[in-house]
Amino acid sequence: MSLCLRVCTAASCRSRGGEDLRQALAAVAGSSTVVKGVGCLGPCSEGPLLELETASGVGHPERQLFGNLPASDPAALAALARSLRACAENPKAPAPWQPPAGQALDLNHPFFRLQRRLVLKHCGRIDPESITEALAAGIYQQLQRVLEANDPAAVIELVRRSGLRGRGGAGYPTGLKWATVAKMPGHEKVVVCNADEGDPGAFMDRTVLEGDPHTLLEGMAIAAHAVGASRGFIYVRAEYPLAIARLRQAIHQAEQQGWLGTAIAGSRFNFEIALRVGAGAYVCGEETALIQSIEGKRGMPRPRPPYPAEQGVFGLPTLINNVETFANVPALLRLGVEAYGGGTKVFSLTGDVLRTGVIEVPMGTNLRTIVETMGGGAPQGRTIKAVQTGGPSGGCVPAQQLDTPVTYESLQALGTIMGSGGMVVMDDTTNMVDIARFFMAFSREESCGKCVPCRAGTVQLDNLLCRILERRANPADLEQLESLCVMVMDTSLCGLGQSAPKPVLSTLRHFRGDYLAMLSPEATP
Amino acid sequence: MPESFPDLEPVLQRHGRQADGLIEVLNHGQELYGYLGEPLLRHIARELRLPFSRVQGTASFYHLFRFTPPLRHSCLVCTGTACHVKGAGALLAVLAGEPLAERGIELGSVRCVGTCSGAPLVVVDGAVWNLQTSTALLAGLRRLEP
Repeated sequence: MSLCLRVCTAASCRSRGGEDLRQALAAVAGSSTVVKGVGCLGPCSEGPLLELETASGVGHPERQLFGNLPASDPAALAALARSLRACAENPKAPAPWQPPAGQALDLNHPFFRLQRRLVLKHCGRIDPESITEALAAGIYQQLQRVLEANDPAAVIELVRRSGLRGRGGAGYPTGLKWATVAKMPGHEKVVVCNADEGDPGAFMDRTVLEGDPHTLLEGMAIAAHAVGASRGFIYVRAEYPLAIARLRQAIHQAEQQGWLGTAIAGSRFNFEIALRVGAGAYVCGEETALIQSIEGKRGMPRPRPPYPAEQGVFGLPTLINNVETFANVPALLRLGVEAYGGGTKVFSLTGDVLRTGVIEVPMGTNLRTIVETMGGGAPQGRTIKAVQTGGPSGGCVPAQQLDTPVTYESLQALGTIMGSGGMVVMDDTTNMVDIARFFMAFSREESCGKCVPCRAGTVQLDNLLCRILERRANPADLEQLESLCVMVMDTSLCGLGQSAPKPVLSTLRHFRGDYLAMLSPEATP
Repeated sequence: MPESFPDLEPVLQRHGRQADGLIEVLNHGQELYGYLGEPLLRHIARELRLPFSRVQGTASFYHLFRFTPPLRHSCLVCTGTACHVKGAGALLAVLAGEPLAERGIELGSVRCVGTCSGAPLVVVDGAVWNLQTSTALLAGLRRLEP
């Protein structure tokens, strides 16, 4: 009987003792048993997680997933290790192994069954700290193919035909962006990966960075070859220490093995990647602010045009894409446009929902399927009131609209955005004015202060929302709130200000009753 | 804060003493010395040949840079969306009423560390404490070495 034990050591399971679990199980490793730390296995709420793959020599290996395993109790960990060793030493195919503590998770549950894992294909399978495993899993093969064919225009055309759009939130067509940068004159160009995942409640990019950093590096290298860039930057937020460590290690390994650096895979293509760590400024997720920050300046946005494609990092033509967008590219090249189809979207599911975690679903999956069928709906005795998407730049989808498919257009029609993929479920005890105020306080704090509508507008909007929450507002205040929202949206310099009023407008549209209930008719302006 | 900063040399060299490495240098400086005191900022300005105002102005833009020495312990309450929905506000309110500074604990907040399944959570001395209630959190903080 040979066993492969995969222990989730991504940040969420790690905070629940995943690393202790891995170390305790390392004692089980032997001639027929492999123990490894892997990236996110999915249902974070059940962490720490362990996947057990058993191969008896006949048929396919069997996969089992276990959650809520012991992590801090040495006696329970020892019992777990003993039980696994006994399982490994049993020569016959035994009945499914049962842990002495913790529980088996049903891999046929819709949470797992309805996923389509393109971006997260290797996440949770391979050890993210080992380039040997990455290579064995086929990572860097698409880069090799691209370098052998040496036809950048064909790659761009493929990306364009696939209809891939930016997964960071705005949804700009990726192929068009690549083509624009490729057409720019000059020999020096830059590729930037935006890993400044600042939306609160979003952790899809963290999952990729921690679980499969080499796929990101491969995607970036393919993009660099396509647009003719030789320098790359990954701008990652400082709040992700594990992701930073894994990226540093992966870049170093890729350089050692010749997948980054000069004459990659024996071709004439050179590409180096430098890591830039942020310092806690949400606005740096905006591309022109991010460029300033890479250059070592205050992260303040500037008007566009010129777009980064013309003038980006150090004034050079620059391609900026989000982590998930780059991570899509190897899968797209491997499958081809037909099999890739509509692609997927990775979501982080959190809030008032039974099962929280990271999922990757086909583009166009219903919100209800994600939240109720996969996530198990609201906790016992409560009902879902709304689902928030897009963070501080997005809005709330009311429960009665949950049958909306997740596409860029359908979410926009509801007054929210696809966003980067954070999905926070709110139950019937949530006051939507409080949620609107939460996001406005966030935008107020994170406004860089460069343009007046955003700097002063977010303060005024925050004050008005506070007035309503304190039941000191009258109908005229509500009117002012709405008109100020429109003004800030129309006149702000960058995406932060332009979308800061969205959480207010969307809750006003779908949950006006929450606002009206808090107005005080006696209040004087 | 010491008067010379030899440990900063490798990172200065890595960025070729170029201005674009400023934020990386500041990050490392804070990691090494705990905070960005004026002598350290002046040293960085000299080494990168930048005006002191540019260094100070850049550092003060970013939330994570600090200019005073940290206390012995730090307790950051996550105020991301999931934690907010799950009651981070109440945790903060309770902690704000406690004499934490007297016990060497610095109270702060962080906007989402991205492990929302543990909401509401706090980060104490770099470690994530999941699913906190104010009682459990206060008890946990009392166990920290003064």
